[in-house]
Amino acid sequence: MEALTWTGLLGPILNPLMLAAFTVFMIAFVSNLGLALAGIRPAEVEVSLDGTVTLAKTPSDYALMTMKYATLIFVVCILLYVLQGIFVPGLEQKGILGAMAQRFLPVWIALIVLFTISAIFRERLGLYGKLFESPVGLIGFGLVMFWVFTAIFANYIGTHPPLEQIPALRNQNGPPGSALPAGTEGYPFYLLGGDNLGRDVFSRMVLGAADVLTIAPLATLFAFMVGITLGLPAGYLGGRIDTVLTFVANLVLAFPVLLLFFLLVTPEIVAAGIPVYMAAVLFLFPIIFFVVLFNSRFHTRPPTRNLLVAITLVIGAWAYLSILSDPNSDVVNFMPAVLDVVPMDGNLLIVFVSVVFVNSPTVFRIVRGITLDVQTRDYVAAAQTRGEGPWYIMLWEILPNARGPLIVDFCLRIGYTTILLGTLGFFGLGVSPESPDWGSTINEGRRLLTLAPHPALAPALALMSLVLGLNLLADGLREESLKD
Amino acid sequence: MGLFILRRIGVMALTALCLTFIVFYLTNLYPNLEKLAKTLGNNRMTDEQVASWLDRNGYGEPLLVRYGEWLGVVPGWTLEDAETGEITGRCIDFETPAEEAPRFCGVLQGDLGYSTVSDDEVASIVGGRLLLTGKLMFWAFAIMVPAALLVGVLAGMREGSRTDRSLSTFAIATTATPEYVSGVIFIVLLASSQAGLSPLLNSWGWIDSPTLFLGSSRSAMTDATFWNFTLPVMTIALYGMGYIARMTRASMAEVMTAQYIRTARLKGVSFRNIVVKHALRNALIAPFTVIMLQFPWLLTGVVIVETLFNYNGFGWTLVQAASNNDIELLLTCSIVAVLVVLVTQLISDIGYVFLNPRIRIS
Repeated sequence: MEALTWTGLLGPILNPLMLAAFTVFMIAFVSNLGLALAGIRPAEVEVSLDGTVTLAKTPSDYALMTMKYATLIFVVCILLYVLQGIFVPGLEQKGILGAMAQRFLPVWIALIVLFTISAIFRERLGLYGKLFESPVGLIGFGLVMFWVFTAIFANYIGTHPPLEQIPALRNQNGPPGSALPAGTEGYPFYLLGGDNLGRDVFSRMVLGAADVLTIAPLATLFAFMVGITLGLPAGYLGGRIDTVLTFVANLVLAFPVLLLFFLLVTPEIVAAGIPVYMAAVLFLFPIIFFVVLFNSRFHTRPPTRNLLVAITLVIGAWAYLSILSDPNSDVVNFMPAVLDVVPMDGNLLIVFVSVVFVNSPTVFRIVRGITLDVQTRDYVAAAQTRGEGPWYIMLWEILPNARGPLIVDFCLRIGYTTILLGTLGFFGLGVSPESPDWGSTINEGRRLLTLAPHPALAPALALMSLVLGLNLLADGLREESLKD
Repeated sequence: MGLFILRRIGVMALTALCLTFIVFYLTNLYPNLEKLAKTLGNNRMTDEQVASWLDRNGYGEPLLVRYGEWLGVVPGWTLEDAETGEITGRCIDFETPAEEAPRFCGVLQGDLGYSTVSDDEVASIVGGRLLLTGKLMFWAFAIMVPAALLVGVLAGMREGSRTDRSLSTFAIATTATPEYVSGVIFIVLLASSQAGLSPLLNSWGWIDSPTLFLGSSRSAMTDATFWNFTLPVMTIALYGMGYIARMTRASMAEVMTAQYIRTARLKGVSFRNIVVKHALRNALIAPFTVIMLQFPWLLTGVVIVETLFNYNGFGWTLVQAASNNDIELLLTCSIVAVLVVLVTQLISDIGYVFLNPRIRIS
């Protein structure tokens, strides 16, 4: 079988069109830049004395218009490739882009459904609904949801198992679209080429998304629990607690991140059990958080309180123990296999703990700062006058009113955590050497970068687009939440 | 002011002490020492032999005492062999016999120890490597800071304009591209003879060499040229740039809404003069702090970039020391890293107070 072309059937028509659109865009962009430097600005509406409105177009306006239409043509071409992939039969006709678009079909459907429903009900959706008024935020949201749905449907999208090696393709680094040797079962092409071990780059990228998008948001969530549980009392109570906690937070922040990772991940330190002890401390915070949350609110109604606290404790303790217990370790394997619902193996736990540990002090500082600001408000004074306890005020008065900046920071921090996870993988300290997560894949691919760029480039671009999406989303959210 | 600086330096010293102790503790855990004993002694030592080797080499003492020795506030250990009468000790080596050896030899005395892997004094290794990294950092800063300030000021002077939106998006994009991603993209795009721009430019005859830039900066250690040093510098500069640019933009946008800018406008001062003479100076106070705080971030970036581009500087040394269990080299690397972070924090705090007359610390 012949290798796939990038663009398939429509390629000969659309490729020159896209190239032309791009060239026109660049020319318009450069001339616009030149015009701006020469002092010619886009026209502004002028109201004359008799009430008529005039708009005299300048060259700068025409340049901007050209840029707009060139972009439009470019986007339409890409859309046509996607449609070609979905509707044209035959892989050779689809081309690589089309075939990938077809594999991502569940994602497109999910995205369309999500955006339609959200757009219909956006009036009632609060901050999330307002996101639809900010184009930048919407693009970011689209990118993030693309990767989220990819992670959810990863098993349907990937064409091959991520660890499956085809011996005939070893050391070949087959370029994108290369055909598998005759007689191989399953999908007949490696859409984005094969890596040095003969594995499919496309499937590894897709399944890597599932890995990254489970660890990064969860780790960020844990870091937020730790940061909130410690930051609220530091800001609200102040005094000695504040001094000590701030000192410790600054201590961790002054620690070079990479050095910390290297220290925590070395086998000798793992053998000494340090990461597990750290996990034992860090994972206590979510349980404490929820117990205090329910207790402070419902302590006047003991039956409800007891029920909620009991549920939290049972579920919390179960999750806590099964996270800590590692079936492959001799030191901390205390849970019977039946009860061990969260099969978190040692390496994953270490990566998780390091990332949570590095992120929590920053969250702590943010929460503390917001608390210092919010606690001067009247509703806090009102609650104090009512005689509410300090934890009630912190968790039910201050925290809900601090949610805006915290949500924005949460988005940013998931992106930052993704970068950190990638860094860990890049230094070979990742989840496991064979894991398809993006950092590790970049690390494997970079050795042969100048000969075969595709094994490293695919995960690199994936990681970039996800983090870019998260940052744009956070920017849009911030802008919209400031509008009130 | 003097008291403020003194207190800050006191906190800094305490932080440095705590952090070095943590690193000391983590690198001197028993499994680490056991591995050290087996690499330096014999790979097939029994547990008792390991213990006696550690005792003989001064690793048997309590952790706090050894930390004090390493720091130079506790006298270095000495041991007299019962059979031969030979005296060994922390401060005794081939060049300084037991009689002349000083009582203290630690970091405070300037003795950083001995790298077991490179077989050399730690001080001489780290010094050279720091110079190399300094060269990289200098060029990265020389590119990053002016570019970031320019982008930030251009974006912030007309908030909400088209220029602002495109430059802000660019700034966000650079913060979303970590060094290992932008480095990979740069290498593929500019330094690969198979892909990207180089084959194209080469076939057009615009460049003589097969690639536009060199993907490995090993040769830049002795002789840095535009050809072999551009990519690592660009990679570091790009990631740090976005953040400074966004801070500058926010600060500039805030200044542009201030009363005195409106007054200047109403007086009829031209827009260019308002930006250059009235706004710029006040808008650059906040970015100064951010620029100083970028140093610790750059440290991580330097480690990644030096590994990616094969440039044997400080970051590369840190990775090697950590993966080779080279305890004293790693300890020194961590002190340097911690000091860089703390000193830049101090400078940023003091500089902020100096630059901003509205803040007075009494």
